[in-house]
Parts: sequence; structure tokens; C-alpha cells
Amino acid sequence: MSEFKIALREHDTVHVLELKGYLDAHTAPTLEEAFQTLLKNQRYNIVVNCKDLSYISSAGLGVFMAYIEDVRKNKGDIKLSNMSAKVFNVFDLLGFPLLYEITKDEQDAVQKFLAAK
Amino acid sequence: MGKRTIHIESRTERLVAVREFVSVAARESGFPDDEVSKIALAVDEACTNIIKHAYKFDPTKEISVTVKNKTGALEIVITDTGIGFDPSRLQSPDMKEYLTHYRHGGLGVYLMKSLMDKVAYKINAGRRNEVHLTKYLPR
Repeated sequence: MSEFKIALREHDTVHVLELKGYLDAHTAPTLEEAFQTLLKNQRYNIVVNCKDLSYISSAGLGVFMAYIEDVRKNKGDIKLSNMSAKVFNVFDLLGFPLLYEITKDEQDAVQKFLAAK
Repeated sequence: MGKRTIHIESRTERLVAVREFVSVAARESGFPDDEVSKIALAVDEACTNIIKHAYKFDPTKEISVTVKNKTGALEIVITDTGIGFDPSRLQSPDMKEYLTHYRHGGLGVYLMKSLMDKVAYKINAGRRNEVHLTKYLPR
């Protein structure tokens, strides 16, 4: 099954999207909706926890590219955490670590936002 | 193993079946796990391009994916009958420029080229278009 789920959590002013499953052209619209909802509600400090993300294709990577500019214009950021080697390799192949901060743990990413407050 | 084919409708929910089909074939051919993942991703990108650009999300259309065992290599041929779109004419993006200017789209073709050893197209618009992806077995 091409299953993909998102759980949303909050740590103070930081919003964490926890991704689970396969992020491809079929499931990318679900992530897009989640970003749209966050931005509509002016939530710009976003951590994407990829611990249970087992697969990503360019359709999924495109979602991160689609929202990063708006988020940063509003003095926020999209930080990624807990990435498996398999998923990191795809990000790395495209040079995404140049643009996105990728931390080992969700807590590291959350703390960076809180420390910058 | 020789050659085997899967036929799918042009729908994004079928991508998972294609990835599984290709992963099994690549594993059986002797590719290690990290290479299997790369091959499956490249085929996903090729099929996604067909669904979006060649068939424009028409779910009544069909895509065929054939895996062929060759000496020291696996070749995957993805066939559609949609409008001819030859991505080989596209220039690969400069990723640094792409990222710093927040560009969108066009990453699938770049990924295919990066993940596979050979990418070739045979375009016969509206009749039969083929994408040939080749990966050599690690020595």
C-alpha cells in the first residue's frame, strides 16, 4: 500500500510535522495541504520529522521547494530531522542540504528555533 | 530471469506497484539494497513524468514497464503512447542556482540521470514512446 500519514505536534512556537510512509507523486498533495494549513495560520517555524519516512521522490522534494521561500520571507524556516540514510541520500544527491538544515534529532531542530526567539 | 513486464493504468496510486516490481527484479539480479532503491526511484520518476506530462493524468491510459536482464546490467524500458515529450533535450539544472533561487519542478529528469548509468529516449509521439534506463551491476 502507498500509505502516507502526517501527525502534527506543537512545541511552543514550533510546529512539527511527523511523516510516515511513502512520499511520492500520489501522496505529495497530502504534505502540500499540511504546509498550506500551517502557512494560512501563519505558522512559520516548521520541523519535519522524517523518522518514519521510508521513501521520497522528486514530487515530495518539490513540496519543500514550493514553500521554503514563503516561510523564510516570514522569518521562519523548514528544518528537517531524523532522516534515514536512504532518504538523506536523495536529498543529498540534489544538494538540498545546502538549502535546508537537517538535524539528527527533532529536539535539536526545535531548540534552534526556540534559541533564536 | 530474462524479461518480465508489468502493465499499469496511468494513475499515481499505481507507482507503489511499479516500485515493488522493479525492486524485486533488481534484487534478483544481484543489486545491493542501496542500488535497488536508486533503480526503483528512477523508474518512479519516469512513470510520474508520463502520468503528468505524456498522459496529463488520463487514468484510462496505460504504461508498460519491462525489466530485462543483460550481462552485467539491468535494463528497464518504460513505454507509453502519450504525447511525445523528450526530456533528453532539457538541460540538467545547475542545482546550486536551482536551490538558491527557489526553483520548482524538473527534478525528476535530473534524478533519473543521476541515479542510472544510462538514460535514453525513443519518441514516436502518440504511438509509442520509450524510456530506457540502464544500471550496471557493481563489480
